[in-house]
Amino acid sequence: MSILINKDTRIVTQGITGKTGEFHTKQCLDYAFGRDCFVAGVTPGKEGQEVQGVPVYNNVADAKAEHGVNASVIYVPPRFAAAAIDEAVDAELDLVICITEGIPVADMIKTRDRMRKMNSKTILVGPNCPGVITPEEVKIGIMPGYIHKKGNIGIVSRSGTLTYEAVHQVTQLGLGQSSCVGIGGDPVNGMKHLDVMKMFNDDPETHAVVMCGEIGGTDEEECAAWIKENMTKPVVGFIAGVTAPPGKRMGHAGAIISGGQGTAQSKIDALEEAGVHVTLNPSEMGSTLLKAIS
Amino acid sequence: MNVHEYQGKEILRKYGVTTPRGIACFSVDEAVAAAEELGGKVWVVKAQIHAGGRGLGGGVKVATSMEQVREYADAILGMQLVTHQTGPEGKEVKRLYIEEGADIADELYVGALVDRETQKVVLMCSSEGGMSIEEVAEKTPEKIIKIYVDPTEGLNRAEAEDVCAKIGMPAEAISEGADFLAGLYEAFVKSDASLAEINPLVITGDKRVIALDAKFNIDSNALYRQPEIVAYRDLDEEDANEIEASKWDLSYISLDGNIGCLVNGAGLAMATMDIIKLYGGDPANFLDVGGGANAEQVTEAFKIMLGNKNVEGILVNIFGGIMQCDVIAEGIVAAAKQVDMTVPLVVRLEGTNVEKGRQILDESDVKLQTATTMADAAEKIVAAVKA
Repeated sequence: MSILINKDTRIVTQGITGKTGEFHTKQCLDYAFGRDCFVAGVTPGKEGQEVQGVPVYNNVADAKAEHGVNASVIYVPPRFAAAAIDEAVDAELDLVICITEGIPVADMIKTRDRMRKMNSKTILVGPNCPGVITPEEVKIGIMPGYIHKKGNIGIVSRSGTLTYEAVHQVTQLGLGQSSCVGIGGDPVNGMKHLDVMKMFNDDPETHAVVMCGEIGGTDEEECAAWIKENMTKPVVGFIAGVTAPPGKRMGHAGAIISGGQGTAQSKIDALEEAGVHVTLNPSEMGSTLLKAIS
Repeated sequence: MNVHEYQGKEILRKYGVTTPRGIACFSVDEAVAAAEELGGKVWVVKAQIHAGGRGLGGGVKVATSMEQVREYADAILGMQLVTHQTGPEGKEVKRLYIEEGADIADELYVGALVDRETQKVVLMCSSEGGMSIEEVAEKTPEKIIKIYVDPTEGLNRAEAEDVCAKIGMPAEAISEGADFLAGLYEAFVKSDASLAEINPLVITGDKRVIALDAKFNIDSNALYRQPEIVAYRDLDEEDANEIEASKWDLSYISLDGNIGCLVNGAGLAMATMDIIKLYGGDPANFLDVGGGANAEQVTEAFKIMLGNKNVEGILVNIFGGIMQCDVIAEGIVAAAKQVDMTVPLVVRLEGTNVEKGRQILDESDVKLQTATTMADAAEKIVAAVKA
């Protein structure tokens, strides 16, 4: 088991004919069961072409009709990316993973509102995220596959390379990952820490979770409140941005302390209060995990 | 992206929100001419910098004669204005806004921002105008009334009128107050704002509703469709290093410490700053070179960090994913040759092709220390800077 994706997931790549889309599709095809999983691509007006052996369609609905895809990954440029999410939602896919960085917040407000009003069952991961991987089965996104190893640790994070750091430390210890989910660094997004944490709690293959948060918003605090009441597995936490000054956007659109909210300290306090094993040292996420599960 | 008060008011007026009449000026003579053109008996001379708290810092003065307009404009223009948002060194005032005086009966507060939890625009309204909303939220949170706006329906008129009454607008002003909120919401959405704050919103003696101040932040991801707002950009208000970095697609923010850091990825860059602090050092900057940095960008990043005279050491922390460590190592070697590395350098590479990357660094004649983990790297750079 795993969460969100496995070797039976059938995926369409939206924006497959672009440079980024093609490059990462190739990486994903070459990873584990990628050739079975990545079955179609979409770029409007490019139907009939092939990219890395994957057939291209004009829209997601056609790709679904031909190949029974149930998930999509989006590399479409920022100004068209929200519409690409809408299209995948309209095709009633189970899962949409949006890698694109730089989507206007107003566009995401409309897209999320639309999903809520149509009671969409589609799960959105991202935007501005590295994607999701279930090691040794399928990788959907831009993470380096080889640092992962199949195992029982769930990893959830708002950041890309910081996730790789956590994964690497876990793998170095000889442990592996059940699934790793990058939820992205934007202020208005799909899955939150809390949603992923619930799935890991329900997944029998996941025995413990490493959660990397960062400054901005209150997602980590909300997740902490849920953990306190419901989580049955050990959780290790790290929050980036203890030294970040208020009012400055630290790279990610969502990583900003504003109105006194979203400080690292308030997140650390909430997680500790919930019984999470918090480390202040990003080099010790792995060793903290070892202590938590021993 | 931030804009000046007078620019924020231009945006507001476009959407039917009333503001006092005013004219932006760059010299004392222009300020006097502006006051003459506005007419009346009272003018407000306001410093235009991208920071709040200008009044408390002496950047806003009320003049009742042309002599006073001249005197205040002369005093404020060119001053180093220090507020709680500028840092102790303050900011030089290069622009003024001359505004007609307003007859203030009551001061209220409204702000608009994106609520992450509901994923809607929220209008925060309060009877406590003139104070910082953070302070109100902390001391008397019951005095803040929120309107969560449905993205398709827009602002509900009845709800807006109800809230206007609750924050203390007199009955005669309620209808105009609801128009004000509707205009503010429209201005927020149409200009792709991430924050719009009117503090204070003023009820005048004759029960009119006007915006006495305006603070707008615009979503930088949406600037491609906001050419009028892009034209508002004032480079004098931005950090020179941050401007230079943005030309090279580097995300850079100046900090107060002495250890420069160069990292790929925003989360890892913050974590690197944190671990430097944890080992007793102080980061000089946040710098994310992004996912696909090339040798040229790495070189520019080094130049920007070394251009900061406080920098006494540099830590490079790269987790190579798609970006390969050997490519980064070559970039570091090329950069070090170009920029005359005058401070200790510690490099930690991990990830794709790490062995090749380390070998390139070891075989080069660049003076540096390599590190294996983030902790090892932080320890080494802190020790090197203290030595």
